[in-house]
Amino acid sequence: MMTAPASTLTVDLTQRFPGIVSADARPGYSGFIVEKDSLIEVATAIRDEFGFDLLTAVTGVDYFPDKMEVVYHAYKTTGGPGLVFRVQVPRVDPIEVPSLINVYPGADLQEREAWDLMGIKFTGHPDLRRILMWEGFEGHPLRKDWKEPFYEEDAKPFKSRWPDGRFTMAEDKNPFKDNLKFPQDFDPEKWTPDNDESLYQTLKRYTVKDEDGLETDRIVVNMGPQHPSTHGVFRAAIMLDGETIVGLKPVVGYLHRNHDKIGERNTFLQNMPYTDRLDYFNSMSNNLGYAIAVEKLMNIPVAERADYIRVIMAELSRIQNHLVFVGMLLNDLGAMYTPALYAFEERELILDIFEAVAGSRMMCNYLRFGGVVRDVPPYVLQKIKDLVFDRLPAKTDEFERLLSENEVLVSRLKGVKVLDAETAVRYSVTGPVLRAAGVPYDLRRADPYSVYDRFDFDVAVRPNGDMYDNYAIRIDEIRQSLRILQQAVKQIPDGPINSQKPQYQVRVPAGESYGRIESPKGELAFYVVSNGKPNPWRYHVRPASFVNITALEKMCIGTKIADFVALLGMLDIVMGELDR
Amino acid sequence: MYGKGILKGLSVTWKRFWSTYLEDISWVMSGKKRYFTEEGVKHRSSKHARGIFTVQYPEEQLITPEEFRYVPFLVYDEGVDGKKEVRCTSCGICAKVCPPQCIWIVRSNDPNTGRPIPEPTEFYIDMDICMNCGFCAEYCPFDAIIMDHDFDIASYSRNVYNMEKLLKPASYYRQIRPENYARNEAERKAKETAKAAKAAGAAAQAGT
Repeated sequence: MMTAPASTLTVDLTQRFPGIVSADARPGYSGFIVEKDSLIEVATAIRDEFGFDLLTAVTGVDYFPDKMEVVYHAYKTTGGPGLVFRVQVPRVDPIEVPSLINVYPGADLQEREAWDLMGIKFTGHPDLRRILMWEGFEGHPLRKDWKEPFYEEDAKPFKSRWPDGRFTMAEDKNPFKDNLKFPQDFDPEKWTPDNDESLYQTLKRYTVKDEDGLETDRIVVNMGPQHPSTHGVFRAAIMLDGETIVGLKPVVGYLHRNHDKIGERNTFLQNMPYTDRLDYFNSMSNNLGYAIAVEKLMNIPVAERADYIRVIMAELSRIQNHLVFVGMLLNDLGAMYTPALYAFEERELILDIFEAVAGSRMMCNYLRFGGVVRDVPPYVLQKIKDLVFDRLPAKTDEFERLLSENEVLVSRLKGVKVLDAETAVRYSVTGPVLRAAGVPYDLRRADPYSVYDRFDFDVAVRPNGDMYDNYAIRIDEIRQSLRILQQAVKQIPDGPINSQKPQYQVRVPAGESYGRIESPKGELAFYVVSNGKPNPWRYHVRPASFVNITALEKMCIGTKIADFVALLGMLDIVMGELDR
Repeated sequence: MYGKGILKGLSVTWKRFWSTYLEDISWVMSGKKRYFTEEGVKHRSSKHARGIFTVQYPEEQLITPEEFRYVPFLVYDEGVDGKKEVRCTSCGICAKVCPPQCIWIVRSNDPNTGRPIPEPTEFYIDMDICMNCGFCAEYCPFDAIIMDHDFDIASYSRNVYNMEKLLKPASYYRQIRPENYARNEAERKAKETAKAAKAAGAAAQAGT
């Protein structure tokens, strides 16, 4: 099924809201600046009148020392270009911006993140707690005047490394405890986290009384963070009525390392290997997203051969991601290891290809601005051909023979609701989960990037939004990816693999850019702000896993606790990307 | 018929179960060894892999492709009477491009002329911080720093390598990365001949 082609319609908000909305005139920027007090009114109009129903990213930028900005990126699920609107407030605490949670519920976790990391208060948000940092944390780490432990300089490369680089351990120069800031009167021996209390407070609103005034006791069950089925250190505080889930709050941040802050210290190129560590199953896709964002900002073309190589690598990584997804899903459901190991066998062969071209199986670091780092040697191209023409199609069939008709599996999966289309869009869910709910929204068609417009493929879509569709859509996508790969390896042209000269310090003009791709887990986007210096002023990752769990509560309420593990598995989260 | 799907699935596992034995028999019949040989490992990671595909590490190891990268090392050329000619000129590009900033270089000045000596006085890499990205090797203009293939470096203490530990001969580089080595050598030769031609041209011009 094809989605509507990208429309060239441009929206003029300034005419609709004179005096409230103004066009952003800064060089390198686009979109509109909205007056703070009218934000909800304008956002409602953007959603209802202009049809931008999918709010993909909400993030803050600290224009130290005078302004704080909140940036919103909204898109249409029918495809086409997006709309950027922003609110600017003076950088004096308390920094307050109205919450958009009632217009776009998908803003929930992202607003909490912006509060946590930037200290922007979203008025009207019902549950504005820290999300990635711990509750006793002091300060907001993404503010420009906040310094991390073992802080050395604002930007890399550090001057102490060369030409007089006498080695010292960071902890000798800047010992632990001298470099940390604690809240007043903080004593780690006596401190008890009020985190849990405030967490359970938010769950308590689900308590109800029956007609006789009897209050039913609810049980809170903490799934995780050390639960084997949660794919990492993910915790969910679940309120139960008997076996039925009546409330759920995801608790994340156990793997948080403030990727965004590291990214601001790095130069543009140095961020490339760090993106590998986001969703470590798909480092090729992560590289692609970041490269597209920076190339947009630099306004440089990509060498044609490199574009084909990028597509080949991104699609190979999609195939192995979906194979692992199905294998791990079956693990979650109790079919231990057989499907997972069958999936891993094919994944090994794909990783061998990554290793041969990029040098590493998982941390590929393969893309550069304008192209790729090295050409695909002929013997590897032959290996890819062997896989995509012979082996993988046959193995996908075998996988389907193994699972798709299995009565036990089918009766477990069919009819168990995951998400319906409307809720999925409202909660900014993207990727296979959205498409399994019947919304044919795939960025490769809806907002084409790289050379995807040259290939003949269908957007996989399934109508029911139940667990079986969520499983089956992954298999469908593997088949579509194979179709793309078969065309790409046939059509790949000769030529240079980079449009730029190799340089370790790239020049990036001032401005902002939002590069988005269809990663195997959903929309992966990088929001980069440059001020013309060698380091990005703001570097923000919009990970699919993180935004998709916004809908987790909605998915789980009303289902049985036994379904929670399977429902979480459906979202296909990776903690490296979720917690960053 | 209810249960047909399960039977279909079981037929897949059944086939898989036997395929290892069938593979073994066919390898024995043809007189080749499927296990603990390079040929066997290669077969198990090719498109023809059937049946068991695991590799019994460390007795068997996957064949590392040339581009495989692990922590970096410094290259020296073996000069006459075993003198180590370090290729590094301590220009500092690797230290500047290193994302986790784990490379530390000391460059000294000649006490007589005050100019920098084109060889590092000391060179440290904190291998515990190194993220094996390969930028240093990629952007080195002298092919002086190369990514290694040796990945067994786990130890009980911090791995901070100094010059002595980092230096490896060019012959080792040729051995692990033959194609890259050949390409680099060709480039160096081309550069040298161009330089010589230029010098000759300049000399000829000066002569006239």
